[in-house]
This record gives sequence, structure tokens and C-alpha cells, in this order.
Amino acid sequence: MNKLISLLTGIIFGTGLVVSEMINPEKVLSFLDVFGNWDPSLAFVMIGALIVSSPLFHLIKNKEKPLFADSFNYSKNKEINNRLIIGSALFGVGWGLGGLCPGPAISSIALLNINSMTFVIAMFVGFYLVKFFKLSS
Amino acid sequence: MNIVNFTPVTATVGGMIIGLAVVIFFLFNGRLVGISGIAANALSEKNNRFDNLLFLIGLVIGPILYTLFTNKEINITISNSLILLICAGLLVGIGTRVSGGCTSGHGISGIGRFSLRSIIATITFMIFGILTVLIKNYI
Repeated sequence: MNKLISLLTGIIFGTGLVVSEMINPEKVLSFLDVFGNWDPSLAFVMIGALIVSSPLFHLIKNKEKPLFADSFNYSKNKEINNRLIIGSALFGVGWGLGGLCPGPAISSIALLNINSMTFVIAMFVGFYLVKFFKLSS
Repeated sequence: MNIVNFTPVTATVGGMIIGLAVVIFFLFNGRLVGISGIAANALSEKNNRFDNLLFLIGLVIGPILYTLFTNKEINITISNSLILLICAGLLVGIGTRVSGGCTSGHGISGIGRFSLRSIIATITFMIFGILTVLIKNYI
């Protein structure tokens, strides 16, 4: 059953990216263009997501266990270190260059766009490099 | 600053759909959505590999189903420079793994559980994203 949930969750998430238009890199870049022609929509996407997920997260985490798994399994890492800052800064620069972050980039494979696929391949190379050099958080 | 193309309603509704996905994944599978982690682990970790792959397949199926059911075409505008896209992809891939999360993992799941670490990560990648666009567009 948890396999079905994984697939379903991906589908719902991908649909949210389309409805909110976050799948469109131009929309994301115009959110980051605060000093020019600014489109604040991305902030509303985050607020919408948090309104739904945050209260329910705090309710659900007090349950004994999830419905289709043995235990809750999420990062409780609280460390604020150089890797967090440097990694986030590098991600921010890459995000600002292309307007793509991992979710929308992977969802946009559906559109068979060669440019976004190029980005996705480079992103996976990046994942691999971090794994290879053991730099992950 | 001029405000352009602002779509608060579809943005909020789309965000709530994303939030719903996060809740379902947590309630049933006990995990918090973070797409950079799911994608990286789908390739390199045996643990939960099939779940992670199915989630990624779902991400791709979502837009296809949306088009089938609504008959609306999804239009995106993306850079044509392959060198820029390769650099951007490498930076996003490296940065998200070094910092342990992306827009979903830190920005939604992390902030949702009030993690200071994720709040700092989100502020940092937003600032660097804004600076990058500023430099790219105006300098």
C-alpha cells in the first residue's frame, strides 16, 4: 500500500506544481526578480502549502506510527553549520540562473522539453558528485 | 519594483495541493517530502528505492493527467542556453545535497515543522537566488 501512496503523492505534488504554475521557470525567476518586475506568487504557493501541511504535521507526528509504515522517519537534524549555508547558497545561485528547482524540473520531464531534461541530468550529476565526495548533510 | 503577472488564487490553491501531498505522505508512509533527497536516494540508496522511484514517476504523471483531464496545455518558458542549464543543474544538485534540502524539503516540510535549520536554509537560498537574478538581469 505504501508504494501506491508514494505514486499518488508524487501525482498530487506534480499537479500542485502545474496548478500553481511553479512548473514554469519564468514564473519562478520573476518571483526572484524582487527589484524589477516582481511576481510574488511563489510566496503564496509556500503559504498555501504550509497552511495545509504544518498544523496537520504537528497533529500526525504525535500518533504512535504512520498508517502504512512501522515508524515516522524524517530528519531531526538541528545542526546549523557551514554546509547548510554554503549548500543553500550554491542552490540559490543555481535556482536563480535557471529558475528550476528539483520538483518542477522533474515534473517538467512530462513536457518533453530538452532544456529542462538537460538541467535534470546535470542535477543528478550534482547529486552523484556530493555522494562521491561524501559531502552530504 | 513593479508587481506583474501576480496569480494569488492559483498560487495558493496549487500550494494547498502540494501541502496535501506532504500530509498524505507523512500520515501514511511516515516520511516528509523533500524532492532533492527523494531523487538522490532513488539512485543511490537501496532503502526505500522503489517508493522514491514511484514518487518521481508520480511527479511526471501529474502534469500529464492534468492535461488529459483539463484539456489545458502547459506552457513553460525556459532558458535556451545549454551551458547555463548545465551549470544551474550542477549547482542545484550539489547545493541541495550539501545543505540537505531544496524548496520542498527545507522550504515546506522543514519550515512546516518549525525547524530553524530549514528556515535559515530557505532564507539563504532565497537571498542568493534574488542576488543571482539581480546580477543576471541588471549588471
